[in-house]
Amino acid sequence: MSNSTEKKSSLFELTKGIIKENPTLVGLLGMCPTLAVTNQAINGIGMGLATTFVLVCSNTVISLLKKAIPSTVRLPSFIVIIAGFVTLIEFLMKGYLPDVYSSLGIFLPLITVNCIILGRAEAFASKNSVGASVLDGLGMGIGFTLALTVMASIREILGSGSFMGIKIPVLCDNSMLMFIMPCGGFFVLGCIIALVNKLANKKPPKEISCAGCPHAAICKGAGSKSDECQGGV
Amino acid sequence: MEYILILVGTVLVNNIVLSQFMGICAFLGVSKQMKSSLGMGAAVIFVMVCATLCTYPIYILLDKFGITYLKTVAFILVIALFVQMIEMILKKVMPPMYKALGIYLPLITTNCAVLGVTITNVDESYNLAQSVTNALGTGIGFTLALLLFSGVRSRIDDSKIPETFRGVPATLIAASIVSLSFMGFSGLIG
Repeated sequence: MSNSTEKKSSLFELTKGIIKENPTLVGLLGMCPTLAVTNQAINGIGMGLATTFVLVCSNTVISLLKKAIPSTVRLPSFIVIIAGFVTLIEFLMKGYLPDVYSSLGIFLPLITVNCIILGRAEAFASKNSVGASVLDGLGMGIGFTLALTVMASIREILGSGSFMGIKIPVLCDNSMLMFIMPCGGFFVLGCIIALVNKLANKKPPKEISCAGCPHAAICKGAGSKSDECQGGV
Repeated sequence: MEYILILVGTVLVNNIVLSQFMGICAFLGVSKQMKSSLGMGAAVIFVMVCATLCTYPIYILLDKFGITYLKTVAFILVIALFVQMIEMILKKVMPPMYKALGIYLPLITTNCAVLGVTITNVDESYNLAQSVTNALGTGIGFTLALLLFSGVRSRIDDSKIPETFRGVPATLIAASIVSLSFMGFSGLIG
């Protein structure tokens, strides 16, 4: 976890989410939208930016309200704040980007339960200053957007032989449909995470880590086996 | 007939985990053992059906006031409160069931499959009976995927996998193959 007591520069708060603690590829959070909307590059970018917007706004508000929210009802309060911003971005996208809005479909309202957002609210925004929380949200959002864009580009180029809707000469006649199917999503994400592990040259995480999971406290409280995540989010 | 179609559609053809990509975190986190898969699956079926019963009248109310755009906020709040309530009631009334489902209940508040089902019901403008069928089918589909996958995972643990792919990457690629096999059902209903 990043919220150790040592002082960190604001630049670190911004950049840590992009590569070092990338929420999707290293933290393994927010897998549902990562797999579901990445069959076209433009959807990946749209989803990433929508999530970034919600993440920055909710981090700001939660950080401002951190003293006002009693800790017993903090999770429901956080969820309501997040859901409010999700409704806002739904309206904005419906008005300005109707195409992306309709192709994201149900996954736009489901940003509410994206565990990256709740995870950052619980692990960072409720403990840190407003400025740091905004930077943290922005960095994590950019990291998420980048991961989604890379993955969606790979799937679109291999699966439908185009990029951002523009056809690529040789590939569009030899497209591998599997990559834009659900099974291709699992496959590409598995390969990207393996690649990140290889590049980072570290031991791959054995399982979904509890870092950043908003339910870490409940998990331990429930008396479950120490390293077994019950994976609620 | 219509209800059978919804059931088959949600359990096999549009399986919520393997083709809709909802509840992936729970799918990857809990499917290590058959026992925890069953517990999680039962809890999800239970909460999905109850949440559908709760959100159906609420949507009618929202519709009456013309504020259906608040459905995301209203639904997630209701689900969160409802799950807490079920937890308390089970603890008091049915301790054995609480023991079996207890630890999974608070965790599925933010499982996107539950919110996803309630929103799908509204989007498809299902009536109450259809909504409940849809929730039941989706829950069964979720449990089926978890159970099947826990079997696959126990085999992965025994096999020799390259260092880089060990852990999550291998699990995801196995999930890809399971998902591929579920695509075979896609011709089942038109």
